[in-house]
Amino acid sequence: MPSLRCEDLVLRLNGATILDGLNAAIPATGITALIGPNGAGKSATLRVIDGLMAPTSGRVRIVSDGPVRRAFVFQRPALVRASAFANVALALVPLKLSRAAREARARDALARVGLGDRAGAPATRLSGGEQQRLALARAWAVEPDLLLADEPTANLDPAATELVEALIAEMAAGGTKVVLVSHNLGQVMRLAADVFVLAKGRAVEHGPTRTLLLSPQMPETRAYLSGELPWTSFAAAS
Amino acid sequence: MDLLRRRFVAHGVLAALGLLVGLAPARAEPASIIVASTTSTEQSGLFKHLLPLFEAKSGITVKVVALGTGQALDAARRGDADVVLVHDRPAEEKFLSEGFATKRQDVMYNDFVLVGPKADPAGAKGDDVSAAFGKIAAAQATFVSRGDRSGTHSAELRTWKEAGVDLPAVKGAWYRDVGQGMGPALNAASALDAYILADRGTWLSFKNRGNLAILVEGDKRLFNPYGVMLVNPAKHPTVKAKEGQVFIDWLISPEGQAAIASYKIGGEQLFFPSAAR
Amino acid sequence: MLQTLQETVSRLSSLDRDVLAIAWLSLRVSLTAVGIGLALGIPLGAFLAVTAFPGRGALVGLFNAFMGLPPVIVGLVLYLVLSRSGPLGSFGLLFTPGAMVAAQAVLATPLVAALTRQVVADAEAHLGEQLRSLGLSAPRRARALIHDTRFSLVTTALASFGRAISEIGAVLVVGGNIDGHTRTMTTAISLETQKGDLSLALALGLVLIGIVIAVNAVAALLRGHAARAYG
Repeated sequence: MPSLRCEDLVLRLNGATILDGLNAAIPATGITALIGPNGAGKSATLRVIDGLMAPTSGRVRIVSDGPVRRAFVFQRPALVRASAFANVALALVPLKLSRAAREARARDALARVGLGDRAGAPATRLSGGEQQRLALARAWAVEPDLLLADEPTANLDPAATELVEALIAEMAAGGTKVVLVSHNLGQVMRLAADVFVLAKGRAVEHGPTRTLLLSPQMPETRAYLSGELPWTSFAAAS
Repeated sequence: MDLLRRRFVAHGVLAALGLLVGLAPARAEPASIIVASTTSTEQSGLFKHLLPLFEAKSGITVKVVALGTGQALDAARRGDADVVLVHDRPAEEKFLSEGFATKRQDVMYNDFVLVGPKADPAGAKGDDVSAAFGKIAAAQATFVSRGDRSGTHSAELRTWKEAGVDLPAVKGAWYRDVGQGMGPALNAASALDAYILADRGTWLSFKNRGNLAILVEGDKRLFNPYGVMLVNPAKHPTVKAKEGQVFIDWLISPEGQAAIASYKIGGEQLFFPSAAR
Repeated sequence: MLQTLQETVSRLSSLDRDVLAIAWLSLRVSLTAVGIGLALGIPLGAFLAVTAFPGRGALVGLFNAFMGLPPVIVGLVLYLVLSRSGPLGSFGLLFTPGAMVAAQAVLATPLVAALTRQVVADAEAHLGEQLRSLGLSAPRRARALIHDTRFSLVTTALASFGRAISEIGAVLVVGGNIDGHTRTMTTAISLETQKGDLSLALALGLVLIGIVIAVNAVAALLRGHAARAYG
């Protein structure tokens, strides 16, 4: 499994500074969460790690034994107007598998997320929860070493959220390193082993999830967590 | 391949290619020639009458491209026609002298008529076309000119000169240069209640006459001879000289001449054979 | 006016085989040209939408401008190219349906490319990041986006078909309006207008409009059916 080192990441877009010297050593195993207020640079960090955005300066060093296969799950599942099966199969194109292997893997992945019987359904006709599960199937099918998930449950109802969380946990248990951006602190508590708090384009605090959320050290972290009132009462009770 | 193949696009392209194949000129197509001719012969319906007779006899398909005489000769100069059938003697002589053809033969003639509003505000009616043109210019009555370097246009300009009218000097709003074929020019004249010089063939087959009528006809200066020429294969090797010559020979043969004479609209003969025996 | 309309209706009922042959030629020429335009324009437009390279903006602007290319200019240029004295004269295409197909394809291709680029660029804004994240090559991303936008591209095809079948400037010049060979609906309408037979011209015009409506209706039906089946 890969460990990631974000080294002095700076990202400027159209005159705005999105990342401002971000340093983060992300451990090689488990689920790591990135939290922080809107505009802190969480999504940008994921995109820089995935290579979707090139940093203005700094670099992401990925330490691994071999090539790292990545998958990205977005807040809004971006699906092609085609069948659920075709969407998964498309993700497998760069893997250059045989046709039979590709179809088997796609069917497998759909079955894993509980969409085995919806393979032929138009992807854009699925419910929001099914679409996000399809996006996870697409990620799953490539058997990624690294899964980058950007608020994957932000638009989902509690039942769908539970399904998606279970799938992410299962992937992590299967050996996939997961970096999760989430505003849902309950979800972070349930899934993540460690947490980075981002503010104004920097990582201001890092620690094991429970420790960091229950006794934050940095003023930025406290300010952010104090805004999430429903969670604090929930966490205190549990 | 996966399911993302562009089935619709692929089918569309296949269908299009199928159509294209259908359009490609088949190699076994019967011999055909291109005749560059004038709008007056095409629009009068003469070719529709003549060509089936010739094609049945010779097996050669004749494709007529109808242009103004000047354009028809230019197309032939570029090698885009095998035969020209036009009606502007000076332009034809020039074509010959440039070597684009080696021989011009008389085929037929029709005549021009001066057409104008029945009310005839310029008082042009009569049997002297020069006098009529003089009166039109003097009255500055609306006159529509082809203005397209066609044979008819040449004849019109010649008539102004013969009438002693210095056109560039007296030209004004009354003189409408439409720059189009005989039909559109007649449409314009009909809409404007204007005078216009027209070939009789087009006039007879023209349906949108409005208030127009023939005012001057029969003046021998209105004689309109058509000549036929084979484009010189020495200038353009792609010219189908053999088939072109077959067509010319037929046109000037007794059979072709009789066919020309037999073309009538409303009982009236449009073209008069004139090939030298 | 009223009389012309009455005549037009009575002429419609007596349209003969010649008119059918002309309509069929128009349809074949324009559909073939649009087929070529789609085969070239869709990949080109999609490629412009998914890639970035120096001069791309200028190229996009060029295609957008060429959507309004005057048919008569296309006809004239192609005439000079296809003329026996022109660079491609040896193919003997001038005054053939093939020349008309070429002219209309020249008109259709930039239209298809420009409209496709717009449609695919819109889809790319929504899907592009995901597709790039999957590690797909630019041609593969273009293909996926073409597939994604295929129902919108039907409209593109119809627009270019409308442009092709209704234009006269190009087909008249390169086709020559030869009776029985290169006479299309538009050149026939023009000819009948020139002959002053306005009611026949109008009747032919109604047939042409009917063809356009029929093609659009068939496309709408197919599109609706496919959209229901494939989302």
